[in-house]
Amino acid sequence: MTDHTSSHGLAVALSDLTRVYGPVKALDGFTLDLAPGELVALLGPSGCGKTTALRILAGLDRATSGTVSVGGKDLTRVPASKRDMGMVFQAYSLFPHMTVIDNVAFGLKMRGRDGASRRTRAGDMLDLVGLGEHADRYAHQLSGGQQQRVALARALAIEPSVLLLDEPLSALDAKVRVQLRDEIRRVQVEVGTTTLFVTHDQEEALAVADRVGVMNAGRLEQLAPPAELYSAPASRFVGEFVGLSNRLPAEVRDGVAALLGREVPVLPGSTTGAGHALVRPESVSVVADAAGTATVATVMFLGPLSRVTSTLADGTDVVAQLASSDALRLQPGDAVRLEVAPTPVLVVA
Amino acid sequence: MLGAFQDEDGALTLGNLDALTSEAAVSALKGSLILSASTALLGAVLGAVLAYLVVSLPPRSLLRRGTLALSGVLAQFGGVVLAFAWIATIGQVGIVTQLVSDLFGADLYGSGWLFGLPGLVVVYCYFQIPLMVIVLAPAFEGLRPQWREAAVNLGASTWSYWRHVAIPLLTPAFLGALLLLFANAFAAYATAAVLVSQGQPIVPLLIRQAITSEVILGQANVGFALALEMIVVVTVVMVAYSLLLRRTSRWMR
Repeated sequence: MTDHTSSHGLAVALSDLTRVYGPVKALDGFTLDLAPGELVALLGPSGCGKTTALRILAGLDRATSGTVSVGGKDLTRVPASKRDMGMVFQAYSLFPHMTVIDNVAFGLKMRGRDGASRRTRAGDMLDLVGLGEHADRYAHQLSGGQQQRVALARALAIEPSVLLLDEPLSALDAKVRVQLRDEIRRVQVEVGTTTLFVTHDQEEALAVADRVGVMNAGRLEQLAPPAELYSAPASRFVGEFVGLSNRLPAEVRDGVAALLGREVPVLPGSTTGAGHALVRPESVSVVADAAGTATVATVMFLGPLSRVTSTLADGTDVVAQLASSDALRLQPGDAVRLEVAPTPVLVVA
Repeated sequence: MLGAFQDEDGALTLGNLDALTSEAAVSALKGSLILSASTALLGAVLGAVLAYLVVSLPPRSLLRRGTLALSGVLAQFGGVVLAFAWIATIGQVGIVTQLVSDLFGADLYGSGWLFGLPGLVVVYCYFQIPLMVIVLAPAFEGLRPQWREAAVNLGASTWSYWRHVAIPLLTPAFLGALLLLFANAFAAYATAAVLVSQGQPIVPLLIRQAITSEVILGQANVGFALALEMIVVVTVVMVAYSLLLRRTSRWMR
């Protein structure tokens, strides 16, 4: 049996990184710590600096200021070729003139490993990603998903201290994305390599990561386990960026928000007085009630769940996510009563 | 082609092919091969270096755009105009010849090397190098940054990246461009016709002599045979190229 496990899970620390491109500050005091063997996903809109942070960790870009350390060793000035990190790029990074196995063995060749051990290790890595039978093919003979799996095998073959994934699924179709996403997580858990995964797809980030870091304008807004990030956003940006949120008028007094006629606890960081509560669609329930003050506007069928949009008397639209069996009983124009679950909400000014 | 196997009266003959073994024909073929191969190699190597330097500049750089535009013009700048430009520059009374003579007392013109095979090599490079630049620049641009970054990330030095990744990827394009340069020089006529006034050091000039000579009449079919010889040479080079390409670009199929 082949042993794929690695003892390479090392702590990673990016400290107070700044990266300035002319007038643009891509990173602005960015700090992130990864525990050994952990998978952290960096999530954020385009241009928020997540790829810049990853490239600085890889050594492919240089920080204007700040430090990078892995396993307690300062790598800030170490060139990329000496950092011992495996990286999977967005797409098209396989060397087209090499076969799959030669691609996977490339890093080992650069490390002076002999041909036989290179082939053995590369073969093991291909087995790990389920492509052992494609060893002699060229990149153009593989599908996009297979190419990314080869890229993953290639990155892991060198037993990297850190695995870097730069939007590796973004060029793939939806079904393959989900398959490969799960496979990346399985392999990462199996080899135990500390991993930084950059993506703009929140579902992807929430699905694979131990912790998710949400970035905005070169800074880390929040770093938390997926469930916490979703249920307790630390800022308005996180609340609005991650998942779908209703912005409902609310009045906060003594740590409690008055919301749709109900009192709901507020999250730390909420404003006081009048504001807007960020409420998840699944925290809203819709009850058919002829005396209700809201009116159903649309019912959108999404499979097992449906999304019901209702309009309050003041014109505010409220989106609720219900089981389709309940939602399909509602029709546009029906009078309904909206209720909010008593889970804590973030109230912003 | 048919003319190569006919005599003056149109009767079929292999006699014209005998002329290909004459001393003049063999010497001209040798001259053509040396001229084409040397200018193709010089043009390919120097042009490839220049193409790489140009492509390394930012895409909107004025120097990059200017060099590519100039290369496009110079690649087509053969013929009488080019020959005259060189004569006016380093001919017997050329500007540079005079300047070097006045300043350093040196004789740049020498024994008239510009008007022989060495001169043709220099002058041909004037359009061969720019041609290589415009043909190979897209190949350099086709080298994806991810390949270099992936190689570096996997531990490759700059030299290892070039040796194991970039050069093998560029080889098919380089060989194709080399063949183009060879054929370009092999078939070039006008520049040599203006520069070379004595002797026929290359096949195109020998063909001209066979067709237009007023001293020895009835040689037109020998000219056709020489043209056929050129076609055979280019065919052989193309076959060699395709065999070489098959070895170096298995990954493209």
